[in-house]
Amino acid sequence: MKSIGEILMAPEGVSEIVMGNTALVRGMLEAGVRVAASYPGSPTPEIAEAIGAIPKENNPIYFEFSTNEKVATEVCFGASLNGHLATVFFKSVGLNVAADVFVQLSFMELTGGMVIVLGDDPGAYSSQNEQDNRHYARLSYIPVLEPSSPAEMYTMFKTAAKLSQERKMPVILRVTTHVCHAKEKVTFASMTHHPVDDTPQFSTANGPYLALPAHVASMKRRAIEKLSGIEQADENTILNRVVENHNSDRGVITMGLTYLSLEDVLENVTGKPDILKLGIVHPLPKKIITEFLRSHREVKILEELDDFVEQQVKALAYDLSIPVKIIGKVSIDDWLGEYTPDKVTKILMKTWPDLLTSVHRLSKVASPWSSRPAQLCPGCGHRSAFYAIQHALAPEDITVADIGCHGLGAQQPYNMGQVVTCMGHSSGTAAGLSLFNTSRKVVAFLGDSTFYHAGLPGIINAVYNQHNFTLIILDNGTTAMTGHQNTPGNGLNANGPTVKMPIRQVLEGLGIKNIQEVDAYAQGKLREAVTAAVAEPTFSVIIAKHPCMLKTMRELRSTGKTLPPEVTINKDCSLHHDCVEAFACPTFQRDADGTVWVSKDLCIGDGSCKQTCPAKAIVSGTNSGKEAK
Amino acid sequence: MEAKQDIYLIGVGGQGIGLLSEVLLRAADHAGFPVRGVDTHGLSQRGGTVVSYVRIGPKAHSPLVQPGCADMVVALERNEAWRGLCSHLKDGGCLVYYDTEWQPLMVRLGREPRLETPVIEQECLLRGIKEVRVGPAVLRDNRMQNMVLLAAIASNKLIPGVEVNHYEQALEDLLRAESLEKNVALFREKLGLV
Repeated sequence: MKSIGEILMAPEGVSEIVMGNTALVRGMLEAGVRVAASYPGSPTPEIAEAIGAIPKENNPIYFEFSTNEKVATEVCFGASLNGHLATVFFKSVGLNVAADVFVQLSFMELTGGMVIVLGDDPGAYSSQNEQDNRHYARLSYIPVLEPSSPAEMYTMFKTAAKLSQERKMPVILRVTTHVCHAKEKVTFASMTHHPVDDTPQFSTANGPYLALPAHVASMKRRAIEKLSGIEQADENTILNRVVENHNSDRGVITMGLTYLSLEDVLENVTGKPDILKLGIVHPLPKKIITEFLRSHREVKILEELDDFVEQQVKALAYDLSIPVKIIGKVSIDDWLGEYTPDKVTKILMKTWPDLLTSVHRLSKVASPWSSRPAQLCPGCGHRSAFYAIQHALAPEDITVADIGCHGLGAQQPYNMGQVVTCMGHSSGTAAGLSLFNTSRKVVAFLGDSTFYHAGLPGIINAVYNQHNFTLIILDNGTTAMTGHQNTPGNGLNANGPTVKMPIRQVLEGLGIKNIQEVDAYAQGKLREAVTAAVAEPTFSVIIAKHPCMLKTMRELRSTGKTLPPEVTINKDCSLHHDCVEAFACPTFQRDADGTVWVSKDLCIGDGSCKQTCPAKAIVSGTNSGKEAK
Repeated sequence: MEAKQDIYLIGVGGQGIGLLSEVLLRAADHAGFPVRGVDTHGLSQRGGTVVSYVRIGPKAHSPLVQPGCADMVVALERNEAWRGLCSHLKDGGCLVYYDTEWQPLMVRLGREPRLETPVIEQECLLRGIKEVRVGPAVLRDNRMQNMVLLAAIASNKLIPGVEVNHYEQALEDLLRAESLEKNVALFREKLGLV
């Protein structure tokens, strides 16, 4: 087996099939990154996994999962002030959390350099929106490099680090879901050795570092000067390039994964347009764009999500009176979703109807079967909790979901969670829903990792302003959705054992009196607890606790121990269908005649379903158990 | 082999699609072809539909395969086989699937009919698609269904130019010790090599 850690640390140049996130870490090592921080979120957690795969004794990178993206950014900012090259990475919406410190970064002389790896998610595969973070870059005067492939993630990270170190300014590497997770053979250079000097270099003489009203104008001037300097940087000639197809009529300006989609679509096409592939998308490389506009009659701006480049290119053409037809977005559809090859096909067909006449489109059969969205795993404590909570609430009561696995409870048949926006919003939103409201109970949900991330301010507000709702914390002891990272509640951080801050103790420290802690599998008790809590006209908290069973089963399998046998349905089954329709563990399958059976692929033998059967027909398996491996 | 071989893999989160797709990717690399691909990570891994793309040949740029353009669909589950057949497989292509059943929510809730295999058979006949239906087999560990599928791909030579030894080399790249032994043993057993 090829170990990721060994590949990443190989002193010689190697070629290896890796995903973009892994390739990036080789770039980090070659560039000499000393400090990295993050909060887990798709599409970036595999960066942390790759850093974690490097043998501890050789790993030059200090890494931490911070409590949230803002703190992670601050940790990297501080490290950079001391002369360390730092890298913070997180998902698209993480930047909203980090924004308060992020917008100040360009005002600061970042002595060691700092790269911000932003994992945007066009198509919203794993996010609550598909926000285009290039707007933040403009807002904050920070340059943006945008790779198309794993190989470019590796090389462009090194370029971003170099620009950042030379100019002591923040640089964004903007990556998207299918660039982070794409796999291809990447050729790594030989490892660069960076002598470590950990002498703290912080000095006010490098500053000013005080963002105060009196300093704003001079700091902002410096930030804009530095940003303009990027336009003149030599890197522009490498990162922005023209793919020449000898077409003076038509050109396309594009970037990122969209560029590869375009190459795919044009593979067998005659009369291909020329392509200007941008690697630096902010500030725009005006020189090469101007030449490209001047040498074509029509230029299509093929750009995923918002019209960030389009607006600026149109302004440039206007300022310079270039007689070129610029075709940008023409319908709302052009603003939506990932620019996959089929999406690019559709857009180009609208742009130049004669171009893709030879494209062979196959008619597809519409599937009569509905989609299969993500769902709570077999044995998940959240399912048991939602099943119980549902029975304690009236149909008119209002439930507020938050971000995380428990958000899947909003689906049928639980319908627990009727509104969700962002990390930690549930307590604040529930407080607002409870104002002037004496007829409908308000219940908010929150996951344990989110409790520490952004949940606390809303909880403190509920106590401080004496709001009346019930908060149910669904505590599975891990950051489950993003790959089972630790939380401040379980006594482990990314580097090993640490102080444990149990949720209950934190809540008690805030002076909350009405706290109940119940195992999520104890459905009767949980139902009673919820009934009692919502009856009180005060803020109350219930901690519905059960370890993540996906994580538990993986750990159990790795120990080689015997696993519990699957449940079985005995002859007492009277086809109530509560197991399959109301509790709805994916384990239960049904035949056309209504007979219910247990999937051996899926059942983990947890037995949380047994109490839901009115006929008591679900029983623990009698065999001696499955083999662990 | 043709200039381009596009493979669309589909299954349910938790079925081991990631390992299977990476084996195909690396096996093709060992056979000397340029490769690229991408897997689903994140949210849908929790019991939702998951897909992987494997693209072989120098003419593949994006890691994604266009709907209706896959030369082969590899599915780990019956309902997902139908989905992949409808969305991505080209007429005259090849469908290989493991016939286990993880019913989607609407079927379990009794609001949609259960999918039976003849529906898939008929569609394949109609569109000139080669259908390879595998299993379900009695396995010591149900999480190794992906190896049974891999053996079917290897024994039917479904990827031109990629041979048994290439698949085994790929497994050696990805697995270690006991896990490697068990997976290779099952792969060979299903190939009839033991």
